[in-house]
Amino acid sequence: MDITFENVTYIYQKNSPFEHKALENLSLHIESGSYVAVVGHTGSGKSTLISHLNGLSIPTEGKVKIGKYALSENEKINDMKELRSKVGVVFQYPEHQLFEETVEKDIAFGPENFGVPKNEIKTRIQKIIPAVGLSEDLLERSPFDLSGGQMRRVAIAGVLAVKPDVLVLDEPTAGLDPRGQKEMMDMFYQLHKEQGTTTILVTHSMEDALKYADHVIILNKGTKYMEGKPEDVFVQREALNRVQLDVPEIVQFISEFNERFDTTIPFQNQSMTELAQMIQRTLKGAESP
Amino acid sequence: MSTNLIEFKDVSFRYGEDQPWVLKNVSFTIDEDEWVAIIGHNGSGKSTIAKLINGLLFPQEGEILIDGKKVTEDSIWDIRKDVGMVFQNPDNQFVGATVQDDVAFGMENRGISRETMVERIESTLNAVGMKDYLLTEPHRLSGGQKQRVAIASVLAISPKVLILDEATAMLDPNGRKEIMQTVSGLQDRQGLSLITITHDLQEVVQADRVLVMNGGQIWDEAEPRKIFAKKEELREIGLDVPFVAILADALLDAGITIAHEPLNHEELLEDLWTLHSKT
Repeated sequence: MDITFENVTYIYQKNSPFEHKALENLSLHIESGSYVAVVGHTGSGKSTLISHLNGLSIPTEGKVKIGKYALSENEKINDMKELRSKVGVVFQYPEHQLFEETVEKDIAFGPENFGVPKNEIKTRIQKIIPAVGLSEDLLERSPFDLSGGQMRRVAIAGVLAVKPDVLVLDEPTAGLDPRGQKEMMDMFYQLHKEQGTTTILVTHSMEDALKYADHVIILNKGTKYMEGKPEDVFVQREALNRVQLDVPEIVQFISEFNERFDTTIPFQNQSMTELAQMIQRTLKGAESP
Repeated sequence: MSTNLIEFKDVSFRYGEDQPWVLKNVSFTIDEDEWVAIIGHNGSGKSTIAKLINGLLFPQEGEILIDGKKVTEDSIWDIRKDVGMVFQNPDNQFVGATVQDDVAFGMENRGISRETMVERIESTLNAVGMKDYLLTEPHRLSGGQKQRVAIASVLAISPKVLILDEATAMLDPNGRKEIMQTVSGLQDRQGLSLITITHDLQEVVQADRVLVMNGGQIWDEAEPRKIFAKKEELREIGLDVPFVAILADALLDAGITIAHEPLNHEELLEDLWTLHSKT
């Protein structure tokens, strides 16, 4: 499903003393099947943007289109439930939303609500459990007896069990250890590749945005500040620093290296090995005048 | 002269008799003024160590001494005066309606006089860069600011050791920087033992010493440079290594030998520069 924001403004508590403009005249387009990272410092409007994707927020002004669904102040859609079955959102710390007696019931809650037949749910759970890195013997356990990392996986399994076309991830790995973070990001990426899931990742990690996304949108003060391919956006260090964002560490290092050695090694999303070879050639090149 | 402020002697802990050991025969010491980072994957026993230090948990075997006093049910109230902890979630640690009330809370519980309280509120909020927020309501603060206030509240009771248990995990990159600048400044100025339990490599490289936990035991214990030289082994136990360490390895493969394990960009660039100017 293609997603389009047309001049979207969103105001919290409009016409009250607490009125707060969280999005302002935001326009953007997310192509069906793409992997988009949304980056911005705290308070830049990332979470408000997300809440429009499954109709939790309706634009105060402007229009949001998600596939055939349109959200605007004048066009409230009737089949909100259908939209929500197509757009799965993994909120921050999703394990706080677990509530059922067993892991299996918790995962099944979403698809049951959307009318997925019981047998189908069972089949889906069997596939999802290994995909999210859980083992089947946990299904009968209470989700509250699990470790934090396992609870996170159960919550994510619950979103995946609905088989959404669009998967929205709000800082999905916050608080996990490095291995857990990598496993989870790789799992979402695999899902994106295998099933063509449109994936929208909200993150503070420039490294993850660079590694996984094919398009980056930088938000600042509720509006779009920059967008483009990660390798094009992330080299603009000064522009990013101006909105309190850092560049990925590799970009930072290359620019420090170039400054010190008066060279012009470009950033091309190269691997560490490639970068090392470039440095080696540069140092060697300097040897023989 | 440095002395042992914290001492673990053959400490073993488990949550119940039928449960597996979370810590098994753990022994280490932490000096006055020392900054120790504890790393390890989730479930490796890191946070259990923190909870044992201030008596939120007690070991089944071995003993723990804080400034020479053994941690027991009877001594914990004394010991908690010496041990301040800041936890992960900035929203779970506020009790006061304003920043100054919050900092006062811990002192009120200890019966500190009003004059001293006023002084300490000012000095600790100043130390964490939050003195302009005395009357601000906590919910108006950013995550990083909340954690800095939490640190001030702990400092106000003048502990000998400050433990940050993944205190930056829920913060954005700016918030993390704020906290790390705050604590490293404090540690320089005030002579405080600092224990940071973390996954963030930037925090680890700043420490004097790193304790690596794995499977409830101390897997290694050394200065950061020595720890990060063991890249492959660290990855095997589910931990990360810094960017510069990975690049130094890649450079070695490309035929450039770096003199010593770099901890930051500057060190690596310096080494490359030396190599470069020798030729």
